Amino acid sequence: MSTSVTQLTTSPLLKVKGLHMHFPISEGVLLQRSVGQVKAVDGVDFTVQRGETLGLVGESGCGKTTTGRCILRLEKPTAGEIIYDGVDLAGLARRDMQAMRRRIQVIFQDPYSSLNPRMKVGAIIEEPMKVHGTEPNAARRRERARELLSVCGLAAEFADRYPHEMSGGQRQRVGIARALALNPEFIVCDEPVSALDVSIQAQVVNLLEDLREKFGLTYLFIAHDLSVVRHLCQRVAVMYLGRIVEMTDSDTLFDAPLHPYTQALLAAVPVPDPLVEQTRVFRPVQGEVPSPINPPSGCVFHPRCPMAVESCKHTRPEPREVRPGHIVACSQINVQQ
Amino acid sequence: MSVSAPATTLTAEPDQIRRGLWRSILTFCRRQPLGTFGMALVIIVAIAGLGADLIAPYNPTANDFAAMTEAPSWAHWLGTDQFGRDMLSRIIFGARTALLVGLSSALVGGVAGLVLGVGSAYFGGMIDLILQRVLDVLMAFPLIIMALAVVAIFGTGVQNVIIAITVPLIPRCARVVRSSALAIREIPYVDAARACGFGHTRIILRHMAPNVVAPFLIMITAFVGQAILAEASLSYLGLGVQEPVAAWGLMLQGGAEEYASTAPWIAIFPGLAIMLSVLGINLFGDALRDELDPKLRNR
Repeated sequence: MSTSVTQLTTSPLLKVKGLHMHFPISEGVLLQRSVGQVKAVDGVDFTVQRGETLGLVGESGCGKTTTGRCILRLEKPTAGEIIYDGVDLAGLARRDMQAMRRRIQVIFQDPYSSLNPRMKVGAIIEEPMKVHGTEPNAARRRERARELLSVCGLAAEFADRYPHEMSGGQRQRVGIARALALNPEFIVCDEPVSALDVSIQAQVVNLLEDLREKFGLTYLFIAHDLSVVRHLCQRVAVMYLGRIVEMTDSDTLFDAPLHPYTQALLAAVPVPDPLVEQTRVFRPVQGEVPSPINPPSGCVFHPRCPMAVESCKHTRPEPREVRPGHIVACSQINVQQ
Repeated sequence: MSVSAPATTLTAEPDQIRRGLWRSILTFCRRQPLGTFGMALVIIVAIAGLGADLIAPYNPTANDFAAMTEAPSWAHWLGTDQFGRDMLSRIIFGARTALLVGLSSALVGGVAGLVLGVGSAYFGGMIDLILQRVLDVLMAFPLIIMALAVVAIFGTGVQNVIIAITVPLIPRCARVVRSSALAIREIPYVDAARACGFGHTRIILRHMAPNVVAPFLIMITAFVGQAILAEASLSYLGLGVQEPVAAWGLMLQGGAEEYASTAPWIAIFPGLAIMLSVLGINLFGDALRDELDPKLRNR
């Protein structure tokens, strides 16, 4: 299953190996039986180095959010390993996982629903410190919550407000402050800016960048906005139907993509110049994304691929390192170097 | 929301309720005349129940054998019963029994149902499945039959009547709360709480339960009415509150059959008290639901 995963430097902070997350589709009320599976994540391998930001991009429903949820153990993966700093999170008991949660945090997509509407902002940020006992003194906890708010660019007075009294951008900053409350080293950013206005997006992206430098954070940045990913991430993994089809450093991926799906995805990004856009030959990918309940045989992209040959229908292409640090899952790509 | 439409300040947000309580009550009265009528009835019953010692003109258990089955008069506004006890005083003290039984069973049953319902939705899977089937079995019994069964086990008396009415209310509350909690479980702030490593109890009580209070409060008001009616029924059947405690259902039992034609006030007034208080609570609860539900609010 797992292929030669690149060992760039020393041991990576996070190493995901053969991750599978299949959701059963069950029928019947009393005696439930499984009638199928949604293969949301179907064999994903990647590594994240300490201090690095890995982008995870793909269309809606390709399994990128589920991958993030598995790392956070909000879902228990069906199979595979999630080795975080030498510990396999996938097989960890609930109690042991609780200790790891201090080191791994999350920023959610929707700032309107990720904060409890019945709690004041201060209480939301203080709660993790209270539960984990990182700051047992109530007054100092309060002080730290206000500090975190100002680190995230909000006035300390916001601590006494309810989430519904704030704007989307302000709420997202509260979400970031909560993620920082336990001093984590790794943060899963699940489309943290896609629910925000473009002007606010830039502010939040810059904030995330500043925090990364200030606290030495490592991000897994899940997104579908490619320009944000290019700006923020050192490396990018492209997902399609539960699998990673291409993974390399950010510049290579955007300038010289190899996988036909990545090429199509980048070609779909509009050029911000009407004259260029008019003359550009635009070939959208044919067809629809197949159902993850019954994915195509062989290469999952073959029904829509302009380069597909007969063998693509039968053999699943394993991710190969075609160039140092450049992994592609396509049998038709050959790079001589 | 409250800025653009000042007529709708009464929302599910507790801080907004606090901010403009008086204005909200006035708005409620203007928009819900029937609900206001219900609220007035509830307030009357509450005053009668709380201040029974001060208001009641006679001792509700004192017999006056010189004035048995007397028709309503200036001395006894609602007449006397077959033992010469003042009907008005007994009805006022009966309000205390009704409130005690109604409120405590609705609250205890409601809170137990809240925890069970939210817990069931939170854990899901087999726990949810088994718990819901158990609740199905309990729900298959009509409230009064279930209460009769509990009384048969524990015996009569105010305390046991409260238990008897609480037990059948629990599954009814749990079922409604569960459906709201199922939706809340999928909202990211619950995931955020899990990702922060909070315990099950904290997530259920601090993050999920406070967000189902709107349907919960409405249900509680309906439960109070149901519980008062159930208490009256049990007492009427002789399985509830026992003599000489003043209770409306008991008063009906004592007077209704024998004196229905010769002294009808013995049956009429306790019956009216039951009817008006349950009607009042139901009207108030309905209006409260209409007012709190944003979808029904702007009709």
